Amino acid sequence: MKYLLLINAAVTPEGDVEGCTPADWMAYDKEVRDAGIFVSGESLADLVTATTVQVDADGRRTVTDGPFAETREVLGGFYVIDVPDLDVALDWAARCPGSRGGSNIVVRPVADFG
Amino acid sequence: MPDHPPTMSTEHSVGMVEQVFREERGRLLAALSRRFGDLDLAEEVTSEAIEIALEKWPVDGVPPKPGAWLMTTARRKAVDRLRRDKTYAARLAVLQVEADRTGPAPAADVDGELPDDRLQLFFTCAHPALPAEDRVALTLRCLAGLTTPEVARAFLVPTATMAKRIVRAKKKIREARIPFRVPAADELPERLPGVLQVTYSIFTEGYAASSGAELQRVDLAEEAIRLARILHGLMPADREVAGLLALMLLIHARRDARTGPDGELVLLDGQDRGRWDRAMIEEGHALVLQAITGPPGPYGVQAAIASLHDEAADVATTDWPQIVALYDVLLALVPSPVVALNRAAAIALRDGPEAGLVLLDELTDEPLLRNYHPYHLARADLLQRLDRLPEAVAAYREALETAGTDPERRHVERRLRALEDDC
Repeated sequence: MKYLLLINAAVTPEGDVEGCTPADWMAYDKEVRDAGIFVSGESLADLVTATTVQVDADGRRTVTDGPFAETREVLGGFYVIDVPDLDVALDWAARCPGSRGGSNIVVRPVADFG
Repeated sequence: MPDHPPTMSTEHSVGMVEQVFREERGRLLAALSRRFGDLDLAEEVTSEAIEIALEKWPVDGVPPKPGAWLMTTARRKAVDRLRRDKTYAARLAVLQVEADRTGPAPAADVDGELPDDRLQLFFTCAHPALPAEDRVALTLRCLAGLTTPEVARAFLVPTATMAKRIVRAKKKIREARIPFRVPAADELPERLPGVLQVTYSIFTEGYAASSGAELQRVDLAEEAIRLARILHGLMPADREVAGLLALMLLIHARRDARTGPDGELVLLDGQDRGRWDRAMIEEGHALVLQAITGPPGPYGVQAAIASLHDEAADVATTDWPQIVALYDVLLALVPSPVVALNRAAAIALRDGPEAGLVLLDELTDEPLLRNYHPYHLARADLLQRLDRLPEAVAAYREALETAGTDPERRHVERRLRALEDDC
């Protein structure tokens, strides 16, 4: 069963994630890969680089800068992991540096249409 | 399997059948959920097995091992269902393979002896990933064996609302794959309080209904005690489980004395202690001893407090110093304004109303207590004892506004009228 771990990171004004170091992230990433549960995962570039696209009913495209963070947490990255059940997924989420220091992780099962 | 010879006359059978169902429904559901990894399928075939029993048992008699009979029948129904629906079967097969990858294989059934998987089901129903109200509803539905309309009545919501809530919870269990498993020893301290909380919240709703025409809903309190007995049977060595059961027994023992002839509220100091249930108190005492042998948890401490009340002949001779000491322990374990309120009330009885009132007034800005009826009632009572009557009247008015049930309202109205006559 695949779960998406959405990492909502609490960032400092300088753009760093609170309460953890790059070494913490590398260690966690290695654990996920070594455990054989890694499906995919990326760390996202800073939110100021984000762009929003919307197409209206007439097919007109609107491109805007943003979104901007409305709270201190921004979507900073994600993992998709393949584990037997929710409890195991929650354990992996709890071990992720992105669950600490005011950051949080939303765990969403990936829909299975098989 | 040949049909068992009749063992009971048919006139006994219908009542007996219902009794067996109440007892066996949770066991069946738990065992089948574990086996097939799907609560919906487990519920469906449990109901089918019960329907068949309702037809057959009154005619053929109740089989000697009714639980095993129901289990065999339900399991056959499940296999039939899976044969008819290959897609469903394939999905469950994947689930099962994955479940086997993590957990130990389910215990094999010894003939007639059903493995008791209800503890797994308790943890699934009380899983923190489910909304709190759904945990309570599922536990009543799956483990106490209440029907959906009964659960709806218990929470004073329309059956359709409750049915939706239960469907939503089961959907989350299935699609987010909340497992049927007992947490490992190192996870238990984190997960067991959730299970106990669900059980206790059923009890408190029964003990002091949050709204409605009646003060107590004895049936709900008794369901909670039944659930706690099952839990205690499954985890006999756990001191907090013993403490929870003890607490509920020691409070429920006073049920008959808590209301007067017209359903009015009678507080502890006015209760006829001769009407307390002595057998239940005895049972509670024995469990308290187990619960507080070693560092006690919150339920053990509350049970010890309830036990001191139940032991005393009246309010005047109650061991208030000991009760205050236990509230100090409780406040350290659970720093909540409600505990602080109860501690203040105990101090008022140990040291006098003035000392209690000082502590109550320190809590006046607590958001949790602002609309908490017992807080305003306790304050009004102490102000009245101190002869500060206009303030007492104002506090009774706040108590009136925050009362949830009709008996609570009438109780305050009576006291308010008496006070205004005095003024």
